[in-house]
Amino acid sequence: MLTIIDYDAGNTYNVQKAFDFLGVKTELTADPEKILASHGLILPGVGAFAPAMQTLQARGLDSVIKQAVAKGTPLLGICLGMQLLFESSSEYGQHAGLALIPGKVIALPAKKGFKIPQMGWNQHELRQSDSVFAYVAQEYTYFVHSFYAQCPNEYLVSQVEYSAPVPAIVRNKNVYGFQFHPEKSGQVGIKLLRTFVEEVVEA
Amino acid sequence: MDDGRVKKGVNFVNLVDVGDPAVIAAEYERQGADELVFLDITATNQKRETMKAVVERVSRQVFMPLTVGGGITSVAQMQELLKAGADKISLNTAAVVNPKLITQGAEKFGRQCIVVAIDVKMDPTTKQYQVFTAGGKHNTGLDALKWAEQAVALGAGELLVTSMDKDGTKSGFDTDLYRKLNERIDVPIIASGGAGSLADFTTVFTAGKVDAALAASVFHYGELSIPAVKQTLHTAGVNVR
Repeated sequence: MLTIIDYDAGNTYNVQKAFDFLGVKTELTADPEKILASHGLILPGVGAFAPAMQTLQARGLDSVIKQAVAKGTPLLGICLGMQLLFESSSEYGQHAGLALIPGKVIALPAKKGFKIPQMGWNQHELRQSDSVFAYVAQEYTYFVHSFYAQCPNEYLVSQVEYSAPVPAIVRNKNVYGFQFHPEKSGQVGIKLLRTFVEEVVEA
Repeated sequence: MDDGRVKKGVNFVNLVDVGDPAVIAAEYERQGADELVFLDITATNQKRETMKAVVERVSRQVFMPLTVGGGITSVAQMQELLKAGADKISLNTAAVVNPKLITQGAEKFGRQCIVVAIDVKMDPTTKQYQVFTAGGKHNTGLDALKWAEQAVALGAGELLVTSMDKDGTKSGFDTDLYRKLNERIDVPIIASGGAGSLADFTTVFTAGKVDAALAASVFHYGELSIPAVKQTLHTAGVNVR
């Protein structure tokens, strides 16, 4: 059983459907007790950084997430959910994030031939060969984003090349982030979610 | 799509039933399609419910981006389809009738979510690209290149541009149209209409400078396979998955 953190983020339906397909039960909730009792947390997200952080804070979920992480609960942030894990974002002003992974979120640089947002499939370059997600090397997953994270190499599991090198999978201990949409990345995306459940949450 | 079934025509008429959308979608995922587009070609209120059910069913078993369009006239309808499992909403006639709808959708769901579909036919005498709506039945008199620019300015995150002259003819994409569009537009352009051979795909990417190509007939009838198209593009130096 996974807990999907409910903060009115768009696109939770498809994340839930992907877990349904895997036979993994999920519950969408904002209840602090349930989140703290959970064995695995998913922080989804589509949209802008500031309103997402504000909703988390308004519901007291920022401190609940930090408490759960501090006691070792695995957490996976997806897309905007991953960006929220970092210390700050410069999307429409300067905003503090959950600071669970060192690094900041900034706009993808403009570069000829690269349309922004990055919207499409991109190929992973593996940076940590001992990761449970190491099979993502050379695989393509589906991205939709205009901002990206910059973080020290030690947190970088894989990256893709766009108008800048974009961290695709990041990890700091029990906190993981996917910049792409695993629920929209075909069979490899489904496999990555399965790995998170089997090798991280249930391990 | 029509009445919950996949259908395909030539120059937007003579529709033939191709099959069950969920079965076809699963097969395209297996072959390596990058994205699926469901357009309800004869949308009515009743059929929109059918479409919602189809999207719901497909998105439970097929995990790739799904674009859904046809008869969508309000933000509430967009929300329903997104809830059912769509990732992007395609607006066509309603965007021409009520251009504000593009902006409303982009503000609510982000511009990456709003695709403006444009059906284009060249006027044989003036050589102007004209915008047709209502499933290709109504000539709006709008200039397609200007409308495309306007749609992007209003918030469209992507354009799905179908050449009605080429649709279903398998005589190649309208490369000139896409090249002209690409000179003016900075959002992704999906080319649609006319795919017949492997070489057609290479041409529309290299000469037409599009970001994606859509094909229906050649895949529905098994005349070309997705892996063969991708292999051809890869060999030609086009970056594909």
